[in-house]
Amino acid sequence: MYQEKLKVDWITIWLYLAIMLFGWLNIYSAGYNAEHTSLFDFSVQHGKQFVWIVAALVLAVVITFTEPRVFSNTAYPIYIIVMGLLIITLFLAVTVNGGKSWIDLGFFRFQPSEFAKFATALAVAKYMSTIGIDMRDMRTKLVAAALIAIPAALILLQHDTGSALVFVGFIFPLYREGLSGNFLIIGVAAIALFVLALLVNKYILLGILLAMGLFYLFAWLNKRTSRDYWHVAAVFACCAMFIFSVDFIFNNVLEPHQRGRIDVLLGKTEDLQGSGYNVNQSKIAIGSGGIIGKGFLRGTLTKADFVPEQETDFIFCTVGEEWGFLGSSILVALYIFLLIRLVDMAERQRSPFSRIYGYSVASILFIHLFVNVGMVLGLVPVIGIPLPFFSYGGSSLLAFTILLFIFIRQDASKNQLL
Amino acid sequence: MSNQYADRSHVVKIIFIVIGVLFIGRLAILQLFNSEYREKGEQQSLRNVTQYPARGFIYDRHGELLVHNEAVYDLMVIPRMVKDLDTNYFCQCLGITRADFDDRMQKARKYSPYSASIFMKQVSKEEYAKFENKMFRFKGFYISQRTLRIYDRPIAAQVLGYVGEVDQADLDRDPYYKRGDYIGKSGLEKSYEEVLRGIKGKKVMHVDVHNREIGPYRNGALDTMPVEGCNLYTTLDADLQTYAEELMANKRGCVVAIEPSTGEILAMVSAPTYDPNLLVGRIRGKNYIMLNSDISKPMLNRALIGQYPPGSIFKVAQSMVALDLGVINPGSGFVCDKSLVGCHNHPSARSVQEAIKMSCNPYFYQVYRRVVQQGKYRNIYKDAQYGLTVWHDYMLRFGFGQKIDIDLPKSGMSSGNIPDTAFYNRWYGKERWAFSTIYSNSIGQGEVTVVPIQMANLAAIVANRGYYVTPHMVRFYGPDSIQNEEYHKRHETGVKREYFDIAAAGMYDVVHVAGGTARRARVDGLDICGKTGTAENYGNDHSVFICFAPKDNPKIAMAVYVENAQGGGGTWAAPIAGLLVEKYLNGEVKRKDVEKQYKEINPCQKLPLTRRVKKAKKRG
Repeated sequence: MYQEKLKVDWITIWLYLAIMLFGWLNIYSAGYNAEHTSLFDFSVQHGKQFVWIVAALVLAVVITFTEPRVFSNTAYPIYIIVMGLLIITLFLAVTVNGGKSWIDLGFFRFQPSEFAKFATALAVAKYMSTIGIDMRDMRTKLVAAALIAIPAALILLQHDTGSALVFVGFIFPLYREGLSGNFLIIGVAAIALFVLALLVNKYILLGILLAMGLFYLFAWLNKRTSRDYWHVAAVFACCAMFIFSVDFIFNNVLEPHQRGRIDVLLGKTEDLQGSGYNVNQSKIAIGSGGIIGKGFLRGTLTKADFVPEQETDFIFCTVGEEWGFLGSSILVALYIFLLIRLVDMAERQRSPFSRIYGYSVASILFIHLFVNVGMVLGLVPVIGIPLPFFSYGGSSLLAFTILLFIFIRQDASKNQLL
Repeated sequence: MSNQYADRSHVVKIIFIVIGVLFIGRLAILQLFNSEYREKGEQQSLRNVTQYPARGFIYDRHGELLVHNEAVYDLMVIPRMVKDLDTNYFCQCLGITRADFDDRMQKARKYSPYSASIFMKQVSKEEYAKFENKMFRFKGFYISQRTLRIYDRPIAAQVLGYVGEVDQADLDRDPYYKRGDYIGKSGLEKSYEEVLRGIKGKKVMHVDVHNREIGPYRNGALDTMPVEGCNLYTTLDADLQTYAEELMANKRGCVVAIEPSTGEILAMVSAPTYDPNLLVGRIRGKNYIMLNSDISKPMLNRALIGQYPPGSIFKVAQSMVALDLGVINPGSGFVCDKSLVGCHNHPSARSVQEAIKMSCNPYFYQVYRRVVQQGKYRNIYKDAQYGLTVWHDYMLRFGFGQKIDIDLPKSGMSSGNIPDTAFYNRWYGKERWAFSTIYSNSIGQGEVTVVPIQMANLAAIVANRGYYVTPHMVRFYGPDSIQNEEYHKRHETGVKREYFDIAAAGMYDVVHVAGGTARRARVDGLDICGKTGTAENYGNDHSVFICFAPKDNPKIAMAVYVENAQGGGGTWAAPIAGLLVEKYLNGEVKRKDVEKQYKEINPCQKLPLTRRVKKAKKRG
């Protein structure tokens, strides 16, 4: 049946390859020293990453030649297996950087949370594409939420806030499938209120909200019904409760290092040797790049270990320092281009499964990009999360490759009738 | 339901694009519009390692090395890198106590735990040798080499000056200096600082987060080599200087010896002096405090900063002015009338030459009266104003009343005082003064003050018969033998040569003829011409003597001041000058007994002389 020529989306593949190879160059540069100049020295990170890239490409080819139905049919079993792995991880994990998300297989350390992303994407796509599903049903919402929340919760238990946060991205496919836009607005409003509540006097904030509510009621609406009054009152009450619970959340739910990172981001403290060190160094490294950067292998700050985690979560610093504004904007543009390409591809799918899965892929990549680059640029609190296809790390590269190529495979056979 | 919400893809895409634009905007702010991060980046990843040039050497006029450098070692520490240190052993090697160690480490840590600071300053070569081969055991410590001044002959301390760490004023004035640099603080070290210091070089090193040097930045493309300081070839005669300092031991005062034809200073002594090696290295701070608080002010160069009444020596200049103005002639005689001004017992002078020889006070009272009251105006007050102005102009041409333009720091110099009409108008009121008010100037007392170097310069003027070359310390410097053209110019007094011949003859008589006041300065075979002076003072008078020799074609001119000496100029200053001239012209002093006597005796005690010299007022 699939003897017909595969029509893979070469634009996506070229973007994938470009980002991955550029990432590898930067890993090479970040770890560069005069003793290990060989590109293929497998004792150092860029050498190992090369092995992972080869493995990822093999995996990509394998997926491309796999019958696409395999993935939709095995979505739930894969999901269940990965959830099982996450639970096992809680007991077997070795501690790396304060997180307990790694399983040591001896030859290779493996991070199940990376694979939870595509497993969840498959399961959500599978569930949402079930015939007769309507996003407006409460039951649908709850089941979808549970599918997403279970891995997120398990990952949170591993103290890997960053990876757990990625699951917020599933709001985009759900939105596309009919979830009310209010959820997006509420989400954004909650973040905004949280930040404002930490920065501004709470009563002033409440006063402003009250003024906005009154403006809405009496200046915006031409006709007012009692329902409108109730709505505004309810929204206002929720906001007030949220604002007054912010302190509690901040002080009791968040961990001290997270509080510190938020304080630094909001400019409330300038702890350059402590919580603020990473971001400050990262901003210095990027800022020192200028327009065209210092040139490949010429970065002085990243090479001198000023920036911590420079091969993994802070790899973007190396780009900023060595390739300058031009290089880093091009990289950001490549990512945005890839994301938009994925959305467009998702929209051209005939099967809802492929479409939802495509949206999930774009959303997961987007959250990674947003959090990682935002963190490095000092726009988002420091949350350890890799830059897709770019950061050093086998688990994440393989997991992202699987995530992406399952979708490319689905897209290649989109014209096959189900 | 499939495409019911297809429009929502636009919302999603717009969100993606907005975030992309936000990031690129943020990148633009960080990388294009905000230089703060770029500068910080430079600061922390590159370290400029200064390459200190060797400071120039200082030589005497015969090429003898006076000042050179010695390597010392600063022991540096980067507190964060100190690991597994056997503290007791370390302290033992350095010869410090545990408490001292903790103190120093605390200071270093306070400065910065990550960057290098000086743990122990200026460890000598010998001390360093003791633990040099153990340095590998002291992780976090390293040695930085510097140079210190070293003086083989402990002479001319005030002239050579000293070198010290820059202070805030230096840093503000000249961006060349960085904290911890050395700079000339006084003497030649200060006035020739820019010649001696050379040009610092720098190595740009790439450092890592622990401030460890990773390697040269851009393979040393930005590095510069240090340029060594230029050597100074001074006019000093080290042997004469040494001898003069020996003679001035146990005394306060100064000696300035000049080669008249060139203005080159052969010796400049300020007593008491000190060993310049005291102000070098780690002992500097302690010694500086000691020297600075000494009431006899050994750090001041009395030859340049001391202001004294000129005393009788001034009479030589007065007679030249009067002769040049034509108010007297060489044969003018004045009766020694002690009712005008006190004098000692001597026959009345019948000529200028005799007057100089006998240093007759009433004679010069008359001379000065004729200079000040020339009779140009009926009103004696106006007449005195005119006369004083004329006289003041002459005095400036003789080099008085202004700082001599010598190549030593101006801050350590005085100008002396030659009063002008404005001075007296301020003091007494306009037209409220005339000769009778200011006659004390005639014999070098009153409001006139001079600086010893100006007096030596006066001797040089007479020696040259009417001109001087600005006294200076440096003949030339650097590999290109650079000279200061200013120091080749003649400054004419405008007084005729024949009048100076009379002054020279008078000064010859002072030393050689019976009735002269400085017979003790006489050295057989050397035609020393001199003039004594006694500068009145609150304590004992200062003993002053100027001279030049030989009479014709003089090779040396000199002023000698001995402060608070019992007896006049002839008693102390003259014989010391005689010994110095003998030393300079003959190469050695034959009169060992005289030499011994003046080396050892403190002039504040009574002189062991056969004839006790009675202190006589106004006696030259």
